[in-house]
Amino acid sequence: MDILSMSACDLSRALSEKKVSALEVTQCYLKQIEEKEPSVSAYLTVDAKGAMDKAEEVDQRRAAGEALSPYAGIPIGVKDNICTKGLKTTCASRMLEHFVPPYDATVIERLRRLDMVILGKLNMDEFAMGSTTENSYFKVTKNPVSPDRVPGGSSGGSAAAVAALEAPLTLGSDTGGSIRQPAAFCGVVGVKPTYGTVSRYGLVAFASSLDQIGPLSRNVSDSAFLLNALAGHDPKDATSLSRDYDDFSKDIGKGVEGLRIALPREFFGEGLNQKVKEAVFSAAKTLESLGAKVEEVSFPSLSLALPAYYVLSSAEASSNLARFDGIRYGYRSENYSDMDSLYKKTRSEGFGAEVKRRIMLGTFALSSGYYDAYYKKALQVRSLLASDYQKIFEQCDVILSPVAPTTAYRIGEKTSDPMEMYLGDIYTVPVNIAGIPALSMPCGKDQNGLPIGLHLMGDFFSEPTLYRAAAALEKTQKGGSDDAFGL
Amino acid sequence: MLSDYEMVLGLEVHVELNTATKIFCGCAVSYGDEPNTHCCPVCMGFPGILPVLNQKVIEYAIKAGIATNCTIASYSKQDRKNYFYPDLPKAYQISQYDLPLCENGYLTIETENGPKRIGITRIHIEEDAGKLVHDPQKGTFIDCNRCGVPLIEIVSEPDMRSEKEADAYLRKLRSVIRYTGISECKMNEGAFRCDVNLSVRKKGETAFGTRTEMKNLNSFQFISKAISYEYQRQVAALEAGESIVQETRRFDRQTGKTFSMRGKENADDYRYFPDPDLPPIENDDAFLREIEASIPTLPDERKASWIEKYGLPAYDCEQLLEEKEIADYFETALKDCAYPKILSNLMLSEVFRLLPETGKIPVPPTDLAAIANMEGKEILSSSAAKKVLRECFETKERPEDIVQKRGLTQISDPELLLPFVLETIQENPKMVSDYQSGKTNAVKALMGSLMKKSGGKGNPKVLSSLLEDALSRL
Repeated sequence: MDILSMSACDLSRALSEKKVSALEVTQCYLKQIEEKEPSVSAYLTVDAKGAMDKAEEVDQRRAAGEALSPYAGIPIGVKDNICTKGLKTTCASRMLEHFVPPYDATVIERLRRLDMVILGKLNMDEFAMGSTTENSYFKVTKNPVSPDRVPGGSSGGSAAAVAALEAPLTLGSDTGGSIRQPAAFCGVVGVKPTYGTVSRYGLVAFASSLDQIGPLSRNVSDSAFLLNALAGHDPKDATSLSRDYDDFSKDIGKGVEGLRIALPREFFGEGLNQKVKEAVFSAAKTLESLGAKVEEVSFPSLSLALPAYYVLSSAEASSNLARFDGIRYGYRSENYSDMDSLYKKTRSEGFGAEVKRRIMLGTFALSSGYYDAYYKKALQVRSLLASDYQKIFEQCDVILSPVAPTTAYRIGEKTSDPMEMYLGDIYTVPVNIAGIPALSMPCGKDQNGLPIGLHLMGDFFSEPTLYRAAAALEKTQKGGSDDAFGL
Repeated sequence: MLSDYEMVLGLEVHVELNTATKIFCGCAVSYGDEPNTHCCPVCMGFPGILPVLNQKVIEYAIKAGIATNCTIASYSKQDRKNYFYPDLPKAYQISQYDLPLCENGYLTIETENGPKRIGITRIHIEEDAGKLVHDPQKGTFIDCNRCGVPLIEIVSEPDMRSEKEADAYLRKLRSVIRYTGISECKMNEGAFRCDVNLSVRKKGETAFGTRTEMKNLNSFQFISKAISYEYQRQVAALEAGESIVQETRRFDRQTGKTFSMRGKENADDYRYFPDPDLPPIENDDAFLREIEASIPTLPDERKASWIEKYGLPAYDCEQLLEEKEIADYFETALKDCAYPKILSNLMLSEVFRLLPETGKIPVPPTDLAAIANMEGKEILSSSAAKKVLRECFETKERPEDIVQKRGLTQISDPELLLPFVLETIQENPKMVSDYQSGKTNAVKALMGSLMKKSGGKGNPKVLSSLLEDALSRL
């Protein structure tokens, strides 16, 4: 049995039918990690002992006849900004280099309750700020498709681990595209759920009103499978919605007959790579050939999304990251003379350049005298974007666009110009600002063999529809396999 | 010079609410416990942790708002106030900025010139910070027990013009809050602390002067002292041709003076913005009605009924109503008492003077009523009544028994008293001749001797008329 080639859904079946043991699966992935890490560098922490202990426990309980969840024994990797009790959670920052949380994030509690096996913690841009994972204090993760390329970011480790078969599933977080863009760059599936679907408790906050945890996986069904485990109300997160969720995979396999698909022309304008554009149009044609209705629409506020995003996210970040002051936990400078210098030196030495840039930007935007011109204006753009989306969703079910204007950058290519880097987020940030769900999936490759990402956006709680459309498209890419669980 | 000026006072009062748990987590609200025994990742601001608002805090703050005649917002939100300080774990305080829970209220105080309304601008909810503990040998430590203790901040209009008015407002506010049961307002524990904003201006002027702020005063005595010192300092500065600097000043209890802490030029910019972790607060009418119904009768309502039913002076009522337990006691005693004013006098003089620190009156209200009744019926003189009351406090005996045992019953029978009068006149020829030469003070002296002669038991009214009668016949 080739464990590595099995999807999470395959593994689930094989484990419950006792065709494979949790320990075998875990050992197989730990071995793969050992082999791949020198070239990929996706993991910051590998918890081999914790993973094996858990796997053994699952096997023993299954052997004893206990009825276990369909997730029991499936390994998973976790982005390093999601708190894991007893396991270092660094946010890829010097500031939290040795931080071991005394609590689990709610999503981790859920995974543990379902008896999933946590393999380790994944690299990212420091505090989730960046689009290449080059902003990690610890290491540069390489794109498994092409080692001289970045995996995207900020959940670069999460996407690379899935692409390099170092985990069947991973968790990422998405504030402005941080799940979807690395998924696109690495050729995997990533979903940013509707804001409030997945608890943020224990996710180290970047921008609280935009952050959302979501799944990365090799295929569409695995994504829905993992989201089923993550979604649900959490009394510990006041922004988590009080709502029951259907099976997110319920519409997979239903086809796209009659599905109304929108192509907003502003998402195909200047700066978009020709190959990426062609691939997205070709995906739209495929969907049309499967019975979907495709129409061109307008999204006039797109050009305002990026500046609004950088104001809102940086403003919130400047406040969220203020707690890293060297007083209670985390890094503390060794050379300080008084309280002010303790703060200044700790924060100057503990944070990287990009984090400091955003803190400065956000602090400025909230300062007295500038609040109305920046923060308040950005809030107005927020309602404008929401209304653009709502107008489209009155006529359409899914919006199709590229995830990013280009395929994966070369390592070091964009580090010198943050503005150019920010422009890469143009198609993903409006989704977070509006709070709607979106999915990123592969839709072909460019001339260098680099994966191109397709972006499917839907109205609040439309994840089942996104999965339905994505699965139909995926089926055409995989040569017509009818197995919803197939790779 | 001082008399040319008036002070303008606005007060900001922080009240710690007595909810069982903190505002955003399940830690107990406690005072004086071992440091860092009531804290958790939430109130210590650990990474990834989120606040969830304790609904009791909303309920309590609304109670305070209703009790101070405020309008309660149907839509309100919480904001972050950003600043760095080691006792503030998140480096921001969750407070309320532009949409407070309660607005536009007032309290009525009694002044020398009658009742006066003091406006209340707003009441908002917020979390308390922790405490820094300074040890001269070991350095500074942080106690997080107080982090996240729920507070309401009550901001008054600049309506007060003297330390007396400020004192009356604060006492009234504290009383009203205590009545609602949302806080014991223990000032020594910092559960009721006051920031004083003070400016001065020439009498008759309408524009405000530049104000200074004195923070975290937690005793009525210090507040009055701080106000009076700061007022004199500002007037002296203006008279010397200096201008007042807008700044925060610290009141030093040892010296009774205020000192500059920091000027406005390096004042903090708190960068308030709506807290994205907390959804807006929405209050519907049914909820507000429910809260309103749970508020007990408040001091002003009681005052009005006491004035109407018993004819008591407003000022007396104010004193008696300040502490709810005392007011309840007085009201119970009133039920068995035919002489409300005498009862009130006994309360305000002897009971208040003898009141132990616990605030509990050791004499049953029926006994106090009995003493007042005896005084009212002239069975006891007013001084004898006080004596009986003192003995009740000490011995816990019934007043009737004390009166009997000590033979304190007042003698009002003129036939029994006349011999004392005649004897006194005989024994004090000097005073009598003084009286006859027109020195009216001599009557007082004669009355003194007369009271002494009767062993303090003679009814002063009867004695006085007998004396006057006897003197006029000489």
